[in-house]
Amino acid sequence: MSVDKDTVRRIARLARLKLEEERVEPMMAELNGILEWVEQLKEVNVEGIEPMTSVVAHRLKMREDVVTEPNNADALMVNAPGAADHFFVVPKVVE
Amino acid sequence: MSDLTELTLAEARDAVAAKKVSSRELTAAFLKAAEQARTLNAYITETPEIALAMADASDKRIAAGDIRPMEGLPVGIKDLYCTKGVKTTACSKILANYIPQYESTVSQNLWDNGAVMLGKLNCDEFAMGSSNETSAFGNCISPWRAKGSTAQLVPGGSSGGSSCAVAARLALGATATDTGGSIRCPAAVTGTTGIKPTYGRCSRYGIVAFASSLDQAGPISSTVRDCAIMLKAMASVDAKDTTSVDLPVPDYEASLENGVKGLRIGIPKEYRVAGTDPEIDALWDQGVAWLKAQGAEIVEISLPHTKYALPTYYIIAPAECSSNLARYDGVRYGHRCQDPKDLIDLYERSRAEGFGAEVRRRILIGTYVLSAGYYDAYYLRAQKVRALIARDFTEAYKKCDVILTPATPAPAFGIGEKVADPVTMYLYDVFTVTVNLAGLPSLVLPAGVNKTGLPLGLQLIGKAFDEETLFRAGRALEVAAQFKAKPEKWWSV
Repeated sequence: MSVDKDTVRRIARLARLKLEEERVEPMMAELNGILEWVEQLKEVNVEGIEPMTSVVAHRLKMREDVVTEPNNADALMVNAPGAADHFFVVPKVVE
Repeated sequence: MSDLTELTLAEARDAVAAKKVSSRELTAAFLKAAEQARTLNAYITETPEIALAMADASDKRIAAGDIRPMEGLPVGIKDLYCTKGVKTTACSKILANYIPQYESTVSQNLWDNGAVMLGKLNCDEFAMGSSNETSAFGNCISPWRAKGSTAQLVPGGSSGGSSCAVAARLALGATATDTGGSIRCPAAVTGTTGIKPTYGRCSRYGIVAFASSLDQAGPISSTVRDCAIMLKAMASVDAKDTTSVDLPVPDYEASLENGVKGLRIGIPKEYRVAGTDPEIDALWDQGVAWLKAQGAEIVEISLPHTKYALPTYYIIAPAECSSNLARYDGVRYGHRCQDPKDLIDLYERSRAEGFGAEVRRRILIGTYVLSAGYYDAYYLRAQKVRALIARDFTEAYKKCDVILTPATPAPAFGIGEKVADPVTMYLYDVFTVTVNLAGLPSLVLPAGVNKTGLPLGLQLIGKAFDEETLFRAGRALEVAAQFKAKPEKWWSV
């Protein structure tokens, strides 16, 4: 399988990564280089094999459903590139 | 004492505890060394005020006789670990001004054990690279040079600042992280020792996430003993990371000198890979001979799916990366583009401007292999092959206790040599990546130099949560190898 230019544009959109039109073709070549290389996994017989989703065979721990973090809105907002009164500011979404 | 920066971490610990040297003197010596080595670009943020304040606090405790295991010992922190109030960037433009409001569990554990922070260390952007060349803050340069050459070499990656700082004596030890070899590859090419512990041994809380099922924290330091001391201090179960494991952390140092007599050492035939530097293959044979001479039993084993580990990794790691890095949206923290015309434009341009080329490439690959219509063919298949790779190890450990392999297929390469083709760079992790897929612990130590005087490493792979055997076998190799080479101090101003 290899990707074409439309696929590159589509996945860039899905990933929310702006891809300038002149970058589409070089990116297609780079991605196809990698995809061609991973193709070799097709040779492996994986019939009846369960996919590995967790490295350690432990049951996920449960914790008490209680508040453990202090109310610290000031600290949370420190790194916001746009903030006002403990709100994150973004461009208008609703017309 | 003459040059305090030449002490190992264990020697420094003993000297500080015996009041032969104060933590302040020790810390000041490393701060000065770091300042004089700025050419190497190992530290991207130096924190001298914090370091000296921590050192003074340690000296007070030492005076009062209240000494913790790493009291007053200065270390560097990979810039992937969140440090409260100290800029943490993951060496990405997207986090260039990020000031964490909390501390990673592993670094907190180090401070609770008395360690002193010298600063934040360079690495590949979001730990994605094998040479430290994807850092948004410039290459970190290895202190090592080939004999008769002034060409700049890479310190390995992604934890290149960590390996460089230890090799150039700019820290007693450093934290690092390993997703596909990012502790072990830099250790191998800089003549330092590093251990990637079993997945779950250290908490991942507060470490900038790359691929969560593979990421694991560990130390780089100058000796096996130093790594044993640091790992003991770093590891813990943590309520903030449900994948951290609730098992007691042994005193690794206590079993260091137990030797390898009767230990079964597995030698995987699939690690004879075409294209490996013949000097590294020869060193591997030498390592086998060393362990045998000390009474270990050598067993040939097979890890049949080894050749599929890298392609499996380059599906699973980008998939997890694309998901983890979705959080960088230009809204809550991190870089935001100028004058976005709408919300989508804000996301798309902030991310495109903030991420470097390798990170963008991995996000796109990850998005593709997880997208509708391709998930089964790529991602699901890779997860199944991963299961087979892990099974290979389970089978092998029926015949052996620990596995010995080379660490990298070649010594350090030149800066710029492998950047043109991503796949060529990926192949550098051929011996290290299987371990992350299987979640196992693995230690790399220096075992010799090549004909141009560059360090070469050997790798030991252990059973899950059996770091003790790794340290034991590592110590046996260390004793046999007598690695004494040091880089010449060409960088010091």
